[in-house]
Parts: sequence; C-alpha cells; structure tokens
Amino acid sequence: MSDSNSKKKETFGGTLIFVFIICLVCAALVSISAVALKPLQQANKLLDKQTKILEASGLLEKALNPESLKLAGSEAQSIVATYNKLVIAKMIDLDSGEFIEGDPNEFDERRDARDINKSIKPVDDMAGISRRANRAVIYFINNEQGQLDTIVLPIIGSGLWDLMYGFVGMNADLNTVQTVIYSADFKETPGLGAEVLNPKWKALWPGKKIFNSAGEVKIKLVKGGAKAADVHGVDALSGATLTSRGVTNTLHFWFGKEGYGPFIAKFRATAGEMK
Amino acid sequence: MSSDTKKVLFGPIADNNPIALQVLGVCSALAVTSKMENALVMTIAVMLVTAFSNLFISIIRNQIPSSVRIIVQMAIIASLVIVVDQVLKAFSYALSQELSVFIGLIITNCIVMGRAEAFAMKEKPGVSFLDGIGNGLGYGAVLMIVAFFRELFGFGTLFGVEILPLVQNDGWYQGNGLLVLPFSSFFIIGLIIWAVRQWKPEQVEKD
Repeated sequence: MSDSNSKKKETFGGTLIFVFIICLVCAALVSISAVALKPLQQANKLLDKQTKILEASGLLEKALNPESLKLAGSEAQSIVATYNKLVIAKMIDLDSGEFIEGDPNEFDERRDARDINKSIKPVDDMAGISRRANRAVIYFINNEQGQLDTIVLPIIGSGLWDLMYGFVGMNADLNTVQTVIYSADFKETPGLGAEVLNPKWKALWPGKKIFNSAGEVKIKLVKGGAKAADVHGVDALSGATLTSRGVTNTLHFWFGKEGYGPFIAKFRATAGEMK
Repeated sequence: MSSDTKKVLFGPIADNNPIALQVLGVCSALAVTSKMENALVMTIAVMLVTAFSNLFISIIRNQIPSSVRIIVQMAIIASLVIVVDQVLKAFSYALSQELSVFIGLIITNCIVMGRAEAFAMKEKPGVSFLDGIGNGLGYGAVLMIVAFFRELFGFGTLFGVEILPLVQNDGWYQGNGLLVLPFSSFFIIGLIIWAVRQWKPEQVEKD
C-alpha cells in the first residue's frame, strides 16, 4: 500500500492496516448515504401512511382530483394538504378506552409492542401478533361542515406468511365499514393473498356491519362468496383461505375487548362530547 | 467503440450470459420476476452494484492482500448494496417496499462476486466498470424475458398495464397461477438456455 513492494510481499501489519482503511471508507460511505437520505425516507414513509388513511376514509379521490392537484401543485402536496386539513390524529389507551396525552406522530406501534412495559400479551391472540401495544392512534375525519364523518382505525394481524398492516375506515357509528385498506409491505402470495389490494375486493366492504344488534363481532370473510343480504359477510379471497382467515381474525381481535372494544363502548356512551 | 470494448459490454447478453451460460444469480432471477417493473428496478440495481464494485475493486486490485481479498470484496459490495437500498427507499418508496428484501440479497448474488473475482482483480478499472455494466445487461435481459412471460400470463398485465383482462376483474382471462409463483421461472430460464444453445451451439458443454 505505502510502497510498491507490498503487493508482492504481504505483511501482517500491512494487511491489518489495509482492512482497517477499507472498513473505514465503507463505513463512511454507508453512514453518509443513510444520514443524508433519512429526511426523504421519512417523508416517504409518512406520505405512504397518510395516503392509506385518506384512502381508508374515502378522501383520496378528492385529494387527487384535478382541481385539488392544480391547487396543491403535486400529488404528494395535495395528499399532505388534504390530510392536514381534515384528519385529526388522537392517542388512546386501548385497555381503558380513554383518550390520553401523547404525540401521534412520535408513536410507533411496533416499537411499543416490543417494550414489555408498554404492551401486553393478549389472552386470546386471534390476530397472531404476540404482543399488543397499550396505546394506539386513531384518526378522526370531519366533513366540510365540521361534523365527525369517518373514524379510521389501524389494524395489524397475521396473514399467511407474515403480519399485515392495515386501516379500517368506519362511519361515525363505529359499526358500518367504509373500507379496509392494507399496506402493500406484506409477504402475501401475489395473485392470491395479495388480492387484498384489489380495488374490486375493497369495493365489497362499504356498508358492511362489524357488530350485530347484540354487540357481538360478526364480520366475516365467507368462502365461496357472501350472500347479498348478509351485512356481516364479505367474499373471501379465492385461493387464499389462510389470508382470508387472517383478515377475519384480525378484525375480530381489533374489534373485540382486547382491541378497540373498550374505546368503542366509551365512545358510544359519550358520543358527541368526545369529538 | 473498439471491438474489445464491445465484447466486454455486449458479450454477456448472449455470448457469455451470466444466467444462461455462467449460471450465476439464478436465485434472485426467480424472486423478482413476477412483475416487469420489479425486474427492471432489480436489473438497474444489480448493474450499478456490479459496475461500481468492479470499478473500486479494480482500482485497488494491486493493493488487496490476497489472503483477505474475498472479505475486502464483500465489504465493498455490501456497502454499495446498502447505498442502493437507501437510495431506493428515498426516491421510490413503493418499489422499495416490494423489493427491499431482494435488494439486500444482491450481496449474495453470485454475479457480483463472480465478476469481482474473475475480472476486476485482473483488469484495469475502465474495462472492469464496462464488464460490470455488461453483466448487468446480460442479467437484466434474462430477467426481463422471464418477467415478460410471468407478468403477461400470470397477471394479464405488462408494467402494470392491463393486456389480458382477468376473470376477477370481470375480464375473460384466467390468470396462470403457476407463473405467479417464483419457481415457474425455472421453466422459463430452462427454455431460454435451450433456445440460446440452439442458436449458439458452441455454448453446449461437451460430455
């Protein structure tokens, strides 16, 4: 390295110094790219989440219509502007169902779920998530008149291969579904389980009811197709029995007593003043 | 362009294809070829990593102590792959969500290591860089052909644009479930190798 002999004659010290320098250069390269690109990556991640929330509440089309696009300049800006204008994020404690203090932007569900003091092991882990964070962020969307229009609840649960992350858009009665949106960073089989992203399937959800009149969670993906009159049934994904079962179980978990159950009960009891 | 440069740059596409003849990098060719868009991004990523790892390794080829040369090559390749992954996350988030796992696996893509060891350790930086681009092109050519068949007949689309409307979208085409799954690439790659060897019989191994 320092002299021309080194390529012919290797010395122990020379090799060590060479490896050290290579490691230093490589480490610098990796660190610089990671640090320099972090703001862009975080912006992307946030934008992706906001897009999903708008999609779950049916506002995405509005954010992307030509008029809003022209006003905001770009797709991304229009989404951010619509989100900031209409969506209010609030933190809740899942066990008590109460609103709590906390910065929704700082909250990371998976980080909390790994922390033994900030999560519990569900008694009935239908969704297959192992641990559930004690806190959650839910999203309230007001209509133009300032009345509560939609509530978006995040859900997590096992599909066939791995966890799937999604959002359920609900009417203000917290029973009628608007739609179920899954995030694309899952490992479900393309063409089968990954059809949860198919717009045709997502279009089956609006108007379906989670609870029956006795307050039991009845929503279900029905293999072979749900009957037209069945307000709790949605067609299962063909060829994806286990993903479909995962979706059903995830919904049963999150709308049950270890999920949003306590919050939903409180919200209904005090509806109006909580908004 | 001299004929030597041409050979280094375009030779790997048909004459010395990394997948069809050298049989390197087949594993990732199975994983990322379900959609043409994914295959294209993977091609570009592998091309950049191979080209730059060849370049850097060639620059320091006379300094690398031969006892640790594989580790040094790996360190350079791994750093480049991390940089590519970071860039993808920053500029194409949706694609990085789908490809992130496979981008990480470029490190273990035999093409990158193979070219570093077989070419860049002996040749000058400029021509090594071209060799990296060339092998990336050869890898990409096979990837794109496989992805073309898998996406068209598996999903009825090309680059996400609907060509054959699927039954589940009220069309008439029943997607081929086999082609949706990664291992179907084995058949397509096998057919490609057969076709190439029919065309260029000198590639057939002697018994």
